[in-house]
Amino acid sequence: MSNSSSNSSSITEIVNKGLKKRYRSEFMFRLYGITSILFAAAFLIVFFSSIIDKGYSAFTQGELNISIYLDPEIIDPDNTRDEEEIRYANYDKLVFDSLKNFFPSVSSRKERKELKALVSNGTSLRIQSLVLDDMSLIGKTLDLSVKLDSDIDMFLKGNVDITLDESQRRISDNQVKWTNELKTKGLISQKFNSTLFSAGDSREPEQAGVLGALIGSFFMLLITFIVAFPLGVAAAIYLEEFAPKNKFTDFVEVNINNLAAVPSIIYGLLGLAVFINFFGMPRSAPLVGGLVLALMTFPVIIIASRAALQSVPPSITDAALGVGASKIQTVFDHVFPLALPGMLTGSIIGMARALGESAPLLMIGMVAFVVDIPSTPLDASAALPVQVYLWADAPERGFVERTSAAILVLLFFLLVMNSTAIWLRNKFEIKW
Amino acid sequence: MKNNELITLSDDFLTVGDTTTPNEKIMESQDCCVFYDEAQALRNINLEVGKKEVLSLIGPSGCGKSTFIRCLNRLNDTIDSAKVTGKITLEGQDIYNSDMDVVLLRARVGMVFQKPNPFPKSVYENVAYGPRIHGMSESKADMDEIVETSLLRAGLWDEVKDRLNTSGTALSGGQQQRLCIARAIAVRPDVILMDEPCSALDPIATDRIEDLISELKENYAIVIVTHSMSQASRVSQRAAYFHLGHLVETDATEKIFGDPDHELTQNYIKGRIG
Repeated sequence: MSNSSSNSSSITEIVNKGLKKRYRSEFMFRLYGITSILFAAAFLIVFFSSIIDKGYSAFTQGELNISIYLDPEIIDPDNTRDEEEIRYANYDKLVFDSLKNFFPSVSSRKERKELKALVSNGTSLRIQSLVLDDMSLIGKTLDLSVKLDSDIDMFLKGNVDITLDESQRRISDNQVKWTNELKTKGLISQKFNSTLFSAGDSREPEQAGVLGALIGSFFMLLITFIVAFPLGVAAAIYLEEFAPKNKFTDFVEVNINNLAAVPSIIYGLLGLAVFINFFGMPRSAPLVGGLVLALMTFPVIIIASRAALQSVPPSITDAALGVGASKIQTVFDHVFPLALPGMLTGSIIGMARALGESAPLLMIGMVAFVVDIPSTPLDASAALPVQVYLWADAPERGFVERTSAAILVLLFFLLVMNSTAIWLRNKFEIKW
Repeated sequence: MKNNELITLSDDFLTVGDTTTPNEKIMESQDCCVFYDEAQALRNINLEVGKKEVLSLIGPSGCGKSTFIRCLNRLNDTIDSAKVTGKITLEGQDIYNSDMDVVLLRARVGMVFQKPNPFPKSVYENVAYGPRIHGMSESKADMDEIVETSLLRAGLWDEVKDRLNTSGTALSGGQQQRLCIARAIAVRPDVILMDEPCSALDPIATDRIEDLISELKENYAIVIVTHSMSQASRVSQRAAYFHLGHLVETDATEKIFGDPDHELTQNYIKGRIG
């Protein structure tokens, strides 16, 4: 009797002794978890705030309000209204003349050059196209808001240290003085930089935009999806549901898993050798980029799709077979629709990875400087990650903020894709 | 572990076997053996299934009841490692013969599973799926009629007639199982296999399914696997006792539960095994 009671009390003691330790280890584990989450969140916040901090200023651009007299003497001295003559008129002089109205004292060659460089060198092209569109403007005075040169814009945004010696910076003392004067007159304002979303690449930061890269990336992903999704899903269905289980299919499976881990630049080399050199497809084209990314995404889609197929409860297969459905009816009437949301989610996440890929695209020439906006997947084009890479490499100060802005556009694109994946999953997911 | 046990059993295991013969047999198993790789799960099963009768398969867990019932519509084909030997006939035709089409076999031998497994589609679609893939209806009206009769026979029509378009998975457990029965009878099978159809249901739903089985017996041959001895004695006319892959004894249900011939059967029904 006493033995048993002492026994039970000792069990309480033993448990009590251990309890503290158990709770402590549980507490520690939670602590580790929370710490790592906080760490990750902190990095994410630093990452985003740094990009946004550097990039947000690229969404505005300094512009100068200017009146330009479309002097018939310069544009069309013989009054022929001949398009060819008007096209080749000296529009630079028109821009210079109206700038000179602000600062009549400018005379030396150096000063003239500096004054001209206040505004973007795209200004004269803009006036040219305005005149060509409407020749009745000749002889009138246009009130325009024209882009400042990127260097001036950088100065306005506080990115130029004017305490440095004049030779050490890209903006001269005269330009600083003139800009400040124009600013006090209220002629300079920061406006939304629509060029960023409506132009292709350019050597001049103020004329550069991501539209070409955005469309290039869009074409590429379209091709990737069209090629890789049906093939990947079909391969997954075959391997999962129909292929005999033998050494050969095991071998195929191991290799698919290996392919998913192959460095992406290898796919670029493959694309260069096969698509461009062997099949003679155009270089720098989204078509080739899309095919290369499709190769890269293919194993990821197969793996995700097989996982989705495996997660379909076998009771559904039994039920379909039980009423006499053939294997292919079972798969396509029941298993496939149930696996589709998982397949889509996996594929879109695989494609999101492909969207951010730049290494394979370098190999197939998509690193080229392309100004034109592609209108078909066969046109030469840039891609968003490659555009980021190109701009990050550019020496002009104006490209620093544009690099961050392009990263923001890329991240936004990714966010849209991942949200689509979640939306599709919720839409097609069957509630049990 | 379990499989090893099976292998160590000798082949001359003493059984009483099938001592009864139904009036009109529809399916017959002769020396049916099932192997999962090397392990033998069923040994020389000889059993007849009669028309318009309920045959219950009873026995402790892992004795091969479910394996056997899945041989009757060749659902074991989906398991790569499973191999079936011997002969199983449906109205005299060997179902494992190459000229027996497995799709046709499964249309003639329907199945209801342990866990209700309606398709995640509408109630209507659940019932219509079988007839549709077999091309059993000419028109929409035909199909409506098939669906209605099947649901009526499964005793579900009154409960679902106003919501044929709701998902089958939104029904209660008992309704889902009756929907599965309706789905099985919609293709007008000769035999219905039921693998523990009530094990996931509450007592009231179980009662309804049992009543339904008794009604369905008028038109179909039914083979039911059950762990509930009271259920077996309520619904079946003949009962077969399985033990470790052997068919120990088959007899009229009253005989099995009243005065079985074999000692193992006695032990089981008295609750000493299982």
